[in-house]
Amino acid sequence: MQINSMQINGIHIDDTFAEAFNMRGTRIIITAQNHKWAYHAANAMTGFATSVIGCGVEAGIEREMTADETPDGRPGVAVLMFAMGSKVLMQQLETRMGQCILTCPTAAAFAGIASEDMISLGKHLRYFGDGYQTSKLIAGKRYWRIPVMDGEFLTEETTGMVRAIGGGNFLILATSQPAALAAAETAIDAMKKVPNVIMPFPGGVVRSGSKVGSKYKTMFASTNDAFCPTLKGVVNSELSPDIESVMEIVIDGLTFDDIAESMKVGIKAICALGANSGVKRISAGNYGGKLGPHLFKLHDILKGSAA
Amino acid sequence: MSALTFTLKTAPQQSIDCRALTPDSLNGKSIDEIGAIKLGSGKSALRVSDVFEISGRDSQQLVFKNTGSRLDYIGANMASGSITIEGDAGAYLGSGMKNGTILCKGNATAFAACSMRGGLLTINGNAGDFLGAGSEGLRKGMLGGTVIVKGNTGDRTGDQMRRGLILIEGNTGDYCGSRMIAGTIGVLGNTGAYTGFNMHRGTLLLKKQPQLHATMQDCGTHTLPFLNLLFKSFSNYDSNFNKLNNQRVQRFVGDTAYNGNGEILVLSD
Repeated sequence: MQINSMQINGIHIDDTFAEAFNMRGTRIIITAQNHKWAYHAANAMTGFATSVIGCGVEAGIEREMTADETPDGRPGVAVLMFAMGSKVLMQQLETRMGQCILTCPTAAAFAGIASEDMISLGKHLRYFGDGYQTSKLIAGKRYWRIPVMDGEFLTEETTGMVRAIGGGNFLILATSQPAALAAAETAIDAMKKVPNVIMPFPGGVVRSGSKVGSKYKTMFASTNDAFCPTLKGVVNSELSPDIESVMEIVIDGLTFDDIAESMKVGIKAICALGANSGVKRISAGNYGGKLGPHLFKLHDILKGSAA
Repeated sequence: MSALTFTLKTAPQQSIDCRALTPDSLNGKSIDEIGAIKLGSGKSALRVSDVFEISGRDSQQLVFKNTGSRLDYIGANMASGSITIEGDAGAYLGSGMKNGTILCKGNATAFAACSMRGGLLTINGNAGDFLGAGSEGLRKGMLGGTVIVKGNTGDRTGDQMRRGLILIEGNTGDYCGSRMIAGTIGVLGNTGAYTGFNMHRGTLLLKKQPQLHATMQDCGTHTLPFLNLLFKSFSNYDSNFNKLNNQRVQRFVGDTAYNGNGEILVLSD
């Protein structure tokens, strides 16, 4: 077990780091008649997108947008989507556009980020229009209008694809499961206000952190036994006797600084709860620093010197 | 640095081809070199210094003064800078223009903005026939850019238009948007007969109900989300079009005689 050298409000911060990987990311702005339907579309699009291990992409709602902020003057939400490579990102974006945004009443989709690399948003989806689709080049951007049963589906032709980072994380170690989850919820509420990041797991929280490899040949990832409280006595555990539950928050972001800021905000929000909340330690998941090129050192982040 | 100004000495007896006088072609030239440039006029070639008084030095800002409808091809093929015409312009104003801005404070005759590819052409007066069309023999008209006409236009506005935006605050003649391939034409005034004749694709956005021929089909009244984007883009221009905000339109599609998928959108009051 690692020995803490930092303590905030009675909560120990491990001298460890989160290990993150290069990804490709994009942002899509989804608008609709009202926020209710924008969220319906965005929730569908970001559904089953918790981890690239099984979902292809990691996606989430970045933030709500007012009508003044969106291209077509309607209420909307911004969605961030990340994948390990450009090809997968393009495939997943097109699939999710077709099944989740095209199908959602009143929804429209627009590029949310500019870059040199542009990927298809509605470029191929237009063929759903069966020849009745219409292109409009407005202020240098190409849009497609596809006739659908509720009127017209409007989508921008392409959106930007940028280099991004996925896998920033921290672990919340608490004396009970409710305490760990309550702290995680507090962190997520604070982290949702940070731009350019998403926490892709359900409610932003993951309870099944994984390690690389398994005793079974077909599995390339398996449960992170060192942090499983029910295995404290039989494995080389990272947990002290008083820890009964661990929750993890995983962060994907457009840049290193975005993720570092998000981790800082989340950890500080938990520390503000104090040790009486049941939270004892904050740690992070890594693979010894050998796999991911980006290391988020918890102490440096909280001191504001991470780079 | 003051604008490079060309003041017409006397009204010409026949048309003068002014396409050599653009910011791009005059860049880096001295007054003497500019004065020696030859301009075509019928069978003869005239020196610029014989036709115009030349003053000023900034070749990125050209001004034509005392002009008339016999000065053709002003701003043709220009790719940068600005041209201001303090009066009328002849045919082919801004023909093949690629970028930059042209402001004509008077009227322009036929084929203004024909084969235009980019930039902004504003005509404060009226424009003649074939505004934004293709030059004779070409199969495609305007290929990009924006044209704003504060007055009226003649027949065949946007004929075979392929891309770009034409905004007309006044009326148009007959065959507005004829054989249109793509792009957008907006008209706040009245349109003449056979609007959208043989239209293939593209959008005619009209403020007033047109008299349409039988092969333009009424598809009902709808609220179209893309119009908000279009109206937002109008705010970049000094035009009455930036007062539009109603996304409710009656949609006509055609020309079905041409198996066309073009649309005429008539704004609801």
